[in-house]
Amino acid sequence: MAAIEIRGLEKSYPSTFGTRRIPVLRGIDLSVEAGEIYGFLGPNGAGKTTTIKCILGLLTPDKGEIRLLGRESGSLESRKRLGFLPENPYFYEYLSIRELFDFTGRLFNMAPARRRARVDEVVHLVGLEGRENTKLGKCSKGMIQRAGLGQALVHDPEVLILDEPFSGLDPVGRKELRDLVLSLKQAGRTIFFSSHILQDMELMVDRVAIILGGRISREGHLDELVSRTVRYYELVFEGLDEKAAAGIGLDVIRRGERMIARVETLEEINQKIRAVHGASGRVVAMTPLKLTLEDIFMEEVAR
Amino acid sequence: MRLMAIARNTFREAVRHKVFYLLIFFGMFFAFSSRFVSMLSVGDHKKVLMDVGLAAIHFFSVLVAIFTGINLVYKEIEKKTIYNILSKPITRGEFVLGKFTGLALTLLAALGSMAVMFFLFLFVTTGSFEPRCLVFFALLYIELLVITSLSLVFSSFSTPILSSIFTITIYLVGSVLWTFQEFKTRLHEPFSRYLATGLYYLLPNLDKFNIKNEIVLQTPLPAARVLAAAAYGLVYVAALLTLAVVIFRRRELK
Repeated sequence: MAAIEIRGLEKSYPSTFGTRRIPVLRGIDLSVEAGEIYGFLGPNGAGKTTTIKCILGLLTPDKGEIRLLGRESGSLESRKRLGFLPENPYFYEYLSIRELFDFTGRLFNMAPARRRARVDEVVHLVGLEGRENTKLGKCSKGMIQRAGLGQALVHDPEVLILDEPFSGLDPVGRKELRDLVLSLKQAGRTIFFSSHILQDMELMVDRVAIILGGRISREGHLDELVSRTVRYYELVFEGLDEKAAAGIGLDVIRRGERMIARVETLEEINQKIRAVHGASGRVVAMTPLKLTLEDIFMEEVAR
Repeated sequence: MRLMAIARNTFREAVRHKVFYLLIFFGMFFAFSSRFVSMLSVGDHKKVLMDVGLAAIHFFSVLVAIFTGINLVYKEIEKKTIYNILSKPITRGEFVLGKFTGLALTLLAALGSMAVMFFLFLFVTTGSFEPRCLVFFALLYIELLVITSLSLVFSSFSTPILSSIFTITIYLVGSVLWTFQEFKTRLHEPFSRYLATGLYYLLPNLDKFNIKNEIVLQTPLPAARVLAAAAYGLVYVAALLTLAVVIFRRRELK
């Protein structure tokens, strides 16, 4: 069963004077499998947060269906099994981190003993030990982000929706967040997160969807998306000069003793390797140069 | 219970606000200042003490109601904490009613503390206890609940600044609503008369809750009148809360 299933989601907002509707989502289809980390990538204004708000039931879709763990999204039952970290979270400034977690536990009707134990666990989990009594109004951005993640985890949800979780984190914070998300995946949780920070996505997502102008322009396993789009191979060899290389049909760049040539296909590369050996040269390296997620993303945006 | 979690948090937010104490402080300050006013006046000092004291408490508790009602609800929307709350298994109705309960508790604490200090002050200066003032405080509390529910209704669909303006306007009009009856007899054009009559029945008649003169002048205060005012207020609050829940359920949280 898919953890999150979205079919034909459309949403528009009324214009300032309500005279017409401005479409924001123009038919989103996506499906997040249980237990995977799913990246939702798109530039600002593409509809990421609107999609997330529809999943949470904060907005009513114009059209389409959203199911969360098999239930209609927005229902109380589905929200019980969901943790959410809003974008640029703002929490009650007058609460301490511990009080925020406790309040969240109460919203989930957690029994007092279990709530207390879980609050301690979560404080530890998000690395806020020793600072749990700090008022949220006095927290740094990074601490707020951690507190935000913590309040999403208090009831130990099966599905986590994180809206731009990496914003405001320093490199250490990002690494820790990545590790935490990966450990949640290990524990069988499903994580859906939106971001425009591509590196963080590349390091952890199983699948990714690129949303542009309210439509999903690509969706797939990260490996597929990336390997499907190997651009060319780089062949590095030594023991031949430019002339000899040209003789076997290679256009090279010299780097010290080594020659670097660009080869387009896998068949061609095998043939060229044999040719290099035949001319008593030595192949040092062969690197497939893939598109990075960023290249794919930029390509999609440019289209 | 989830509703109580919201209520508890709302109460906590209010009592951690400095303005809350400031308003109570000013309320008490002016109530106590009646001591000096009574020195300057001739006649029954106790009446002056009660008159000025109750008026000060009335004024400042209404300020607390308007301030906390609008501030605490608008902040949830303005600062977007509401998104986070409503992504939890909370119905919108629970949210609105939880907010109201928290505000009601806040007002009870504010008015309660002012009332206790007022009774102490009165006892120390005049050596007497005026139990009839309790009736005044009870009706004042209902008036505060009406104001709070009004601010909830406006916050459920409008922007914070407009909500404040609406609530304050209705409070002011509601306090002099009895003049509409008078007004009506002087209007000749039917449409204006219908409008005046319509507004008279639609807007909260806050004057019904104000029994200060009867208390201070110690004139008879029929129980039926007090009970009718209380019932009117509670029905009005229930209607406003229903309206707030209905509007809020349909609200899109962009």
